[in-house]
Amino acid sequence: MTFDAVVDVQLRAGVADPQGATIERALPTLGFEGIEGVRVGKSIRFRVEAADEAAARALVEDVCHRFLTNPVIEDSTIVLHAAATAG
Amino acid sequence: MPRPRRVDVAPRIGVLQFPGTNCELDAVEAVRQLGGDAELLWHERHDLGGVDGVVVPGGFAHGDYLRPGAIARFSPVMAAVAAFAADGGPVVGICNGFQVLTEAGLLPGALQKNAGLKFRCGTVELRVETTDSVLTSEATVGDVLRIPINHFEGNYTCSSETLAQLRDQDRIVVRYVDNPNGSVDDIAGICNEARNVVGLMPHPERACHELLGSTDGIVMIRSMLVAAGAAASVSG
Repeated sequence: MTFDAVVDVQLRAGVADPQGATIERALPTLGFEGIEGVRVGKSIRFRVEAADEAAARALVEDVCHRFLTNPVIEDSTIVLHAAATAG
Repeated sequence: MPRPRRVDVAPRIGVLQFPGTNCELDAVEAVRQLGGDAELLWHERHDLGGVDGVVVPGGFAHGDYLRPGAIARFSPVMAAVAAFAADGGPVVGICNGFQVLTEAGLLPGALQKNAGLKFRCGTVELRVETTDSVLTSEATVGDVLRIPINHFEGNYTCSSETLAQLRDQDRIVVRYVDNPNGSVDDIAGICNEARNVVGLMPHPERACHELLGSTDGIVMIRSMLVAAGAAASVSG
């Protein structure tokens, strides 16, 4: 089966995020009020070929832990969907 | 097993070269100037060719894609570096090399974007905090060294448990006198438990000649050469 995977990588809670802080400071100067807690992460998308969803999830979790994130400073959430069309 | 010491032969230092590395020739030059032999080791090698010490130099290994060092840690040569380090061989990671060593798990913690998102380029003062490391054995605790920095992601961070360990085990090798990047506890460089693997953001290889504005890096490069096993033949 083919799955579409979306990995959302975020800095762990408590890890300073200079990009988010800079964006947050810039918002009022552009006239945007009432926004706080800005955090910048990254989104990584790919397709996975696996026997079933559990196998696909196990593979993506392994990739996340060993490569896509640095567990010292980053967490990730994984969203998997069966691909709409084969291949 | 202690590594055999060769006292009559200049130590051979292998300087890693990844696609995107750009400080390798500075490291080679600094080593040769102090009487060592230096050679470049392409990242696809599976061996270190019998060198006595390894420098992981600065630059942008694999373009710094994903995270600095994230892809470099999977280069074939890194398995050889890990084995060399486990055997007690001296390994020094400078700037991007420090990032590579943390990603490879040879040093704890991580390097984040600088506080204030500032790319910092200039000469800073470093205080030597321990002489029990392959990069500072020839220095004196409390020495203040003027060494250049040149980085965007040099903001050292780690868990509070790791920080406590680094402090308790005297593994903070150099601290910034005036913290340029937000690093926790002013950390500029650390070593592993065995003290033979050191990573630091500043560039000692760029401070080895008066024409470069500082010669304070010499004591660090010389320490590494001493660690590489040929102290008797090295002259400054």
